[in-house]
Amino acid sequence: MIERGSSRMRLSGFLKKETIQIIRDPSSLLLGIVMPVVLLLIFGYGVSLDPKNVPVAMVLEDSGPEARELAARFKLSPYFKPQSVYSVAEAKELVNSGNVDGILIIRSDFSTQLAKEFRAEVQLILNGMDANRARLIQGYGQGTIGKWLEVRRARGKSGVLPPIIVEQRIWFNESADSTNFLVPGLLTLIMTLIGTLLTALVVAREWERGTMEALLATPLTPGEILLGKIIPYFILGMMGMLLSVTLGVFLFDVPLRGSLILLIALSGLFLLASLGLGLLISSATRVQFVAAMVSVIVGFLPAFFLSGLLFDLESTPKLVQIISYIIPARYFVIISQTLFLAGNIWSTILPAAGLLAVMAIVLLGATKKKLVRRLPQ
Amino acid sequence: MSSLKRIITLILKEFGMVLRDPKSRIVVIVPPILQFFVFGFAATYDLTDIRYAVLDQSRTEQSRALLARFEGSVNFRLVSTLSSDKQIVEMIDGEKARLVINIPADFSEKLVRGEQAVVQVIADGRNSNVAAIALGYVNSIVQQQASSFAKTRGQLLTEPSIKLVNRAWFNENLVSRWYIVSALGGVISMLIVMILSSLSVAREREFGTFDQLLVAPFRPFEILIGKAIPPIVFGLFDALLLSGAAVLFFKIPFHGTVAALVVILTVFVVAVVGMGLFVSSLSKTMQQALLGSFVVFMPAVILGGFTTPIENMPELLQIATYINPLRYVVYGLRQIFLAGGDLHSVWPQIWPMACIAAVTLPIAGWLFRRQTS
Repeated sequence: MIERGSSRMRLSGFLKKETIQIIRDPSSLLLGIVMPVVLLLIFGYGVSLDPKNVPVAMVLEDSGPEARELAARFKLSPYFKPQSVYSVAEAKELVNSGNVDGILIIRSDFSTQLAKEFRAEVQLILNGMDANRARLIQGYGQGTIGKWLEVRRARGKSGVLPPIIVEQRIWFNESADSTNFLVPGLLTLIMTLIGTLLTALVVAREWERGTMEALLATPLTPGEILLGKIIPYFILGMMGMLLSVTLGVFLFDVPLRGSLILLIALSGLFLLASLGLGLLISSATRVQFVAAMVSVIVGFLPAFFLSGLLFDLESTPKLVQIISYIIPARYFVIISQTLFLAGNIWSTILPAAGLLAVMAIVLLGATKKKLVRRLPQ
Repeated sequence: MSSLKRIITLILKEFGMVLRDPKSRIVVIVPPILQFFVFGFAATYDLTDIRYAVLDQSRTEQSRALLARFEGSVNFRLVSTLSSDKQIVEMIDGEKARLVINIPADFSEKLVRGEQAVVQVIADGRNSNVAAIALGYVNSIVQQQASSFAKTRGQLLTEPSIKLVNRAWFNENLVSRWYIVSALGGVISMLIVMILSSLSVAREREFGTFDQLLVAPFRPFEILIGKAIPPIVFGLFDALLLSGAAVLFFKIPFHGTVAALVVILTVFVVAVVGMGLFVSSLSKTMQQALLGSFVVFMPAVILGGFTTPIENMPELLQIATYINPLRYVVYGLRQIFLAGGDLHSVWPQIWPMACIAAVTLPIAGWLFRRQTS
């Protein structure tokens, strides 16, 4: 039987070796510390789903005061950057060359129609290649016209108000700022990268170089080997996570409405599941090249596409939804978005956390089993 | 022509390294195809089945007429009818519904009196993009109902109103899947090519066989070509296959020319191989190569205009995207698929990628020699 003291000594020696390996290899630190900062800065400053200053070609065929006023509204709007052109043909040219996103046409009969028949049309033709963006821009166009009508009415000129209006409330993110949901989602991506990608090669490398045989010949138990592989990467991952949270909250003003301790604890749980996945891939494939490909395919890409981080899962076909249930990132995305934006809502967090815990246990247990299986014949 | 012979030998050896091992053979060929299908379905901004709850405090003909429009829409699915506004919190917080439609008690009275009636809609903003899109759907349904009310009141004829007529070119119905899937092949092939090319030199370096290659009678450019051709072939094969699947399986329209598609993908893959080999020549181990290629790949995807438009980015970052080959291929593919681009019209996307390749490939070849310890 192994004594307690010597087990601790063995483990601490092994841990020291693993830690030195990480510190000596700049690429781990690059991924663990530098990458989160770079990604967060890019996401926070660079990525937004909210269009602003959309360049449109404006064809103003009517020189009446009403038409000019409406055109001025569009010029003042923060959403549009109209550029006056003289003909629709010229405007088409600009759309096709990608210089503008659309054409706003106020026809020559605009004022007369408005005066005579009380109804006039404004045409907004958009480049629909980016459907999501086009739809948002259409909404802004509607809003700009609605505002103008309101102003007219306030000045005593008559104008019909729509009989029903929608008073909309977006809870948890009143201004619908996309940074607020991208940053919590990014946390998931960063921890998947550190947890799965970084560790996928760790065990496979030892097999490929033959040092795994040497390791198995030592009195280290499989459990100790597993711990020695997990602990250093766990610490690295948590450092990356804390760094991202700090930057998100202080630099990008993402609210953290839930408890920080809960966020740290559940991030740890998710990191364990990711590490388990990475180490399992590593010990199952035993070849670095294959481990690298598999970790990207089952770790990174699903975390991006099938986690609800960017794309809505409920609008996908049933089969895709079923696949998404086995992706740990799916549960962490909802946990981190809830904790950041909504608060400690136990009815959402507890089931997700429970499933993450089950996944972590299963993945780590399977890895331990794989490690016990000794040398290949 | 012994140089050509040497290059061919090298290329065959490189193909052998990937294809000899059954595991790596499968890993290179099968997953990109599976991924394309799964992600092609997953990657859409359009919503179907938005779960909503209703709190109808008016309970009149008018409120029921409005709600019937939601029930009839394919985008919405009623999950619950509430009886008090206290239940709203529970619905949204517990994610039982994504939005709650609350019709106040005075809804019909105001309508009948000719005042403006209000419908309150509360959305879960945890994913603000989903919330904004869902609210857009709500607004257009309410507008339809509003104009049918207005018509019955005959109001439109006495007071001025302005209608915005919307049209979208290239994607008339604004299907966001067209936008994503047309460029998805470029992204997936970039990932595969980056990994393949970055691991190829790093693996030899880790096992020490790269030094043997360097002392063998090969010139650096021969080694470079030998290393570059296999990832180019795999990447181009994947990218073309995925483009075909986009048309045949996802029914994405293809208005452009095949020549433009082949040329832009070839130049793109060559540029990516250049970046991959550049990363590879800087790494000493496979781990460094894999992580290094992700350090390049992640920002490239985020700043490539694949999921979020480049136009929404701040000026400085927009300038930075000019060195990103993905930016050009994503835009070019969409032009070819949706706007009928041909070689002439996508040329502005092709030459910058050729420039990127012309810079990265020679640097990688030069670094091969220098980095040997």
